Amino acid sequence: MKKLMYCILTLFMLVTLFISCGNQGNGSKDGALTSGAAEKVYVAPGEHDEYYAFISGGFSGQMSVYGLPSGRLFKVIPVFSQDAEKAYGYNEETKPMLNTSHGFVPWDDAHHPDISQTNGELDGRFVFINGNNTPRIAKIDLTTFETTEIIEVPNSAGNHSSSFVTENTEYVVAGTRFSVPVPQRDMPINEYKGNFKGALSFISVNPEDGGMDIKFQIIMPGFDYDLSHPGRGASHGWFFFTTYNTEEASSLLEVNASQNDKDFIAAINWKKIEEYVNNGGGKMMPANYAHNVYDEHTHTATSTMKKEVLVVNPTEVPGAIYFLPTPKSPHGCDVDPSGEYIVGNGKLSADLTVHSFTKMLAAIEGEKYDGEAYGIPILNFEDVLAGTVSQPGLGPLHTEFDGKGNAYTTFFISSEVVKWKLGTWEVVDRQPCYYSVGHLMIPGGNSRKPFGKYVLAMNKITKDRYLPTGPEVTQSAQLYDISGEKMELLLDFPTVGEPHYAAGIAADIVKKNSKKIYKLDENKHKYATLSDNDVRVERNGKEVHIYMTMIRSHFNPDNIEGVKVGDKVYFHITNHEQDYDVPHGVSVIGANTSELLIMPGQTESFIWEPKQVGVWPFYCTDFCSALHQEMQGYIRVSPANSNIKLSWSLGE
Amino acid sequence: MKTSKKLMFLAALLPLALFLFPLWNITLEAPQYPIPLGMNIYINDFADANPHDIKNINLMNHYVGMKYIPEAIPEFKIFPIAIISTTLLGLLIAFKANYKWYLAWFILMILLSSAGLYDFYLWERDYGYDLDPKAIMKFTNPDGSVMGFQPPLFGSKDILNFRAHSYPRLGAYFLGVGILIAFIAFVLGRKEFRKRSK
Repeated sequence: MKKLMYCILTLFMLVTLFISCGNQGNGSKDGALTSGAAEKVYVAPGEHDEYYAFISGGFSGQMSVYGLPSGRLFKVIPVFSQDAEKAYGYNEETKPMLNTSHGFVPWDDAHHPDISQTNGELDGRFVFINGNNTPRIAKIDLTTFETTEIIEVPNSAGNHSSSFVTENTEYVVAGTRFSVPVPQRDMPINEYKGNFKGALSFISVNPEDGGMDIKFQIIMPGFDYDLSHPGRGASHGWFFFTTYNTEEASSLLEVNASQNDKDFIAAINWKKIEEYVNNGGGKMMPANYAHNVYDEHTHTATSTMKKEVLVVNPTEVPGAIYFLPTPKSPHGCDVDPSGEYIVGNGKLSADLTVHSFTKMLAAIEGEKYDGEAYGIPILNFEDVLAGTVSQPGLGPLHTEFDGKGNAYTTFFISSEVVKWKLGTWEVVDRQPCYYSVGHLMIPGGNSRKPFGKYVLAMNKITKDRYLPTGPEVTQSAQLYDISGEKMELLLDFPTVGEPHYAAGIAADIVKKNSKKIYKLDENKHKYATLSDNDVRVERNGKEVHIYMTMIRSHFNPDNIEGVKVGDKVYFHITNHEQDYDVPHGVSVIGANTSELLIMPGQTESFIWEPKQVGVWPFYCTDFCSALHQEMQGYIRVSPANSNIKLSWSLGE
Repeated sequence: MKTSKKLMFLAALLPLALFLFPLWNITLEAPQYPIPLGMNIYINDFADANPHDIKNINLMNHYVGMKYIPEAIPEFKIFPIAIISTTLLGLLIAFKANYKWYLAWFILMILLSSAGLYDFYLWERDYGYDLDPKAIMKFTNPDGSVMGFQPPLFGSKDILNFRAHSYPRLGAYFLGVGILIAFIAFVLGRKEFRKRSK
C-alpha cells in the first residue's frame, strides 16, 4: 500500500514538473506572462504613472507625452507641424510659430527631446527638441505643455546632433548633419571638399524665462555631425559630437562616407570658446533666421527675423577643440553620469568604443597628436581609449546609463538591447527588440542622476507585432524593467510617428507645476473680450472683427448680421470659463482652416471668408456640458452690395 | 482683577475673529469635481474655497435656474456693525458692569446669532427655491411639486448629482466659544459675588 502511494506521488510530481516546464517554455516566448510583468505596468484607474516620457514624433513633427510604466498616451504636443486638432499653426495666434527664413514651414522632422537641467539633474522646466529638416530648436514649457519658442538655426542643414542641454541649461546645442556652403552660395556640388562647413550652434537659455538666443556658432570642417552630448561633472564645460563622412563625400555616401577606418568624436571646450566670445572674439556674420516666441499672456506668438550671427573659426581658439579617432561612422555620442566615459557607438563597427575624459586631458596636456584636420589637433586613439566592449552586437546606435555602473546600448542590425558594465566592459545581459531598435531612454539617463528603473527601447519596425493596418504599420516602444541583474521585457506599445529618442523624468517633479487654466484677468490678448459688456462686431473696410465670448453653454453674441460676401471675418473668441478642463471649440461652415480649441481664459482667432449668401451656423466643437448641443449660433451673410448694418445679439 | 471679569473681556473680544476667519462653509462634491467646489461665508464676503469656485457654482446652478450668488448682500454691512457693537458693549460691561450684565450680554448674543442663522436660512431657502421660470432643466419631486435646491443649514444633503455640506467654520467657533465664556463668566461672577457677600 505504501509503495503504491509512493508510486502515485512520484508520478504526480513528474506530471507537475512536466506541466510547469511547458509553462516556462510558453512564457519565455511571451515574456509578459511569466513574471507578473502585467502587474508591473498596471496603473489602476485613477492612479498616476511614475514617470513622464516625452517621445519624439519623428516625421510627425510633434512630441507625444506618455506615462511610464503604463505606456498610456496623454497628449500629442504640436511642435513643428500644423495640428488641426489644436489649431496649432492654423489659428492667427500660432501661425508665426512656424515662420522661417524660407517662409511658413508647416512640417518638420522632430528628433531628440532633452529636459532642462540644474546642477546636472533634470529640473523639469522645459523640454527642447530639434527640427532636422529646416533647422530649428523648439522649447516646450512644462507648465502648459505647449511649444512656446522656436529658433531657426542659420548656416545649418540637417539639424541632427541636437538639442542637448549642458549641466545648468546654459546652452542647448544644435549641430549640423549635412555640411553646406557657409555662407550659402551658388557653387558646384563636387567642390564640397574643403568648402562645405558644419556649424555647431550654442544657443544660450535665459535662466529666468528660458528665452533662447544663438550665442555663437563654431564653423567646423565639412563633416557630418551626427549626435552629441554634454560633459558632466568633471567634464562639464566640454561637449562631444560624433562625426561621419570625414571623407567629405557629396554623393553615394553609403559607400563613399564609409571608407575611413575611423571617424572622429569632436571634443569641444565650450567654456573656453564662451570666454573667447565674451572677450570680443568671433565675427559677426550676416544671416537671416526666425525667432518665434509665444507669449502665455497675450496667447499670441510673434516672429522676428534676426539678421546676424556670431561665428567662431576653430583655429582662432587654440586648445578648445580636439578630434578623438573613433571607429567607424559613430552614431550616438553618450556621456556616462560621472562624465568620465564618452561612448562612441560606431554603427559600422563590431565593437563599442569608450573614451576616457581623464586620458583625453592627459593627452592634450602631453600634446601627443596624431596629425591634424583643418588645423584641429587629432589625438591618438590609444591615448584616449578607456576600453572596448568587444563584439556586443551588430550596429550599435545609442547608449544610456542607469547610474549603477551599467550602460545599455541598442543594436539596430541585431535588434537588441545589450547591458554592459562600465570599467570592465563586459556584457551582462541582452534582450531582443521587436524590431530594429533605434534610440533607447532611461528616465534621466543622460544626466548625473538617472532614475535607473526602466529602459524604453524605440523600434523602427513592428511588422507582425500588432493588428495589421495595411502597408503602413505603427512604430513602437518597448519597456524593460532594469531594476535587476537581468533585463525583463514588460510591455510594448505603439507610438506616434517615428520615436526618435525620448526624455523621461519622475512625474512628481513635473506634475505639481502643470497649470489648470489660464487666468482670465491676466489675458492680454490684443483682441480679448474680458467682459460680456465688451462683445461687439466692428467693420474696417472689408475686414470684420467679431469680439466674442464663450461660456457654458453659449456664445456671446450668437446672432450676427451685416456680414457680406467678400468680407474677411475674424472671429476673436475668449473662453470665459475658469474651471479645470472646460475647453470650448468653435468652427463655422466652410472655414478654410481648422477649428479652434480654446482653453479656459484663453483667446484665439480664426479667419472666415464667406463666399455664399445665406445664414450659416457656427457651433462648439468640444462636448463641453449638458447643453453642448445647444451651444451654437448663426451668422447672416448678405450680398456684397447689401446695405444691412452690422448687428449682434444674444438671447433676444 | 477677578477671573470672571477677565473672562468677560475674553468673551467680548473673541467674536472679532470673525473679521479674520470664515463663519460658515458650503461645499459641493460631485464625481467631476475631484477637488470639490466650495464657498466660505465671511461676515462681510462670499469667498472662493479654491480660485473661481463661486463662478463655477453659479455656472452649475444656472442650469436649474438658480440665481447667481450675489457679490454683496445687505448683511455684509449689518453683520460687521453688529459684531463691533456687541464687542464694544461686552467690553463696556466687562469694565463697568456687574456679573448680571454678563448674562444679559450672553442672552443678547444668543438672540442675535439665532437671528443671523434664521436670516441665513431664509437666504438659502430663497436661493434654493426662487428659480428662473425659464430654467434650462426643471425637476419635480415625486409628489409633482417643483424640486428645490436649498443647501442644508447644517449638515450634509444630496442635491441631484452633488452632495452638499454646510458646516460652521473657525469664525463661528470663536463666536460660539465667546458666547459660552460669557455664560461661564456669569456663573463664576455669581459665585465670587456670593463668596464676598458671606
